[in-house]
Amino acid sequence: MIDTKWIGHRFPVVRWEVEKGRLRFFAKAIGETRAEYIDEEAAKAAGHPSLLMPPTMLFSGPLDHDDVQRLLRTLDIDMKNILHGEQGFTYHRPVYAGDVLNFDIQITDITAKKGGALELVTRVTRITNQRGELVAEARNVMAVVNR
Amino acid sequence: MTVADISAVQSGDPLPELRLPPIDRTVLALFAGASGDHVPLHIDIDFARRAGMPDVFAHGMLGMAWIARLITQWAPQSALRSYSVRFRAITHLGNEPHLSGKVVEIFVQDGERRARVAVQMANQYGEIKILGEAIVALV
Repeated sequence: MIDTKWIGHRFPVVRWEVEKGRLRFFAKAIGETRAEYIDEEAAKAAGHPSLLMPPTMLFSGPLDHDDVQRLLRTLDIDMKNILHGEQGFTYHRPVYAGDVLNFDIQITDITAKKGGALELVTRVTRITNQRGELVAEARNVMAVVNR
Repeated sequence: MTVADISAVQSGDPLPELRLPPIDRTVLALFAGASGDHVPLHIDIDFARRAGMPDVFAHGMLGMAWIARLITQWAPQSALRSYSVRFRAITHLGNEPHLSGKVVEIFVQDGERRARVAVQMANQYGEIKILGEAIVALV
């Protein structure tokens, strides 16, 4: 069982630079071919300052800083037992290539289901940009299947 | 191409569907690298088998990204206020993603008209893999 003392725990803030090449690579991986996501001149012509980040790529910032491994190590969970349960984003501002984002991640809930066979770890992340503006909030539920 | 006049959207309107080719190992490898999700359950069959799975399987966030394409092909990304999903079942190699959505409610919030859009990803057998909801501003 995961120790519920970790509810409320905040991880050190993750700082992540949004790079053009990475945006193009992500677009390729998900089959996104529209110009504002891959062609900077077209993005500018459409009124954007640079390439636009697709809605779910915010997830990648913490992943680049071994977010999953850090969480599993902290809570003493085996990587083989995890599944992604839920994910959500609330959007406040667009993110473009060149932005520098900060991710402030907090564990907000740890709940056991099915007599402990399933545990759900909920984290909420505040994402701000280099101007200190709130860009988005993310909510993540990781399922831990205890076999 | 986004919807011609987003302000005219009504409850019950479907989103234009998106059907994708069968999921293969290449797309999982590319998504692992591009997204930074290196969890080996999705890219290393040896690890997946040790975890009791028959093979690697798709990242949940890959399906979520595909559904986001469905949404932003219908409405501009700047109109997207929130987007959340529940991962209902594992998406396997060979599954053909079928993304679809429907407007289920028009309401006013924070001084703007918004649409609540139910979205999902199923496979070619009609098995639902991801269920979600997006809130889109009709401005």
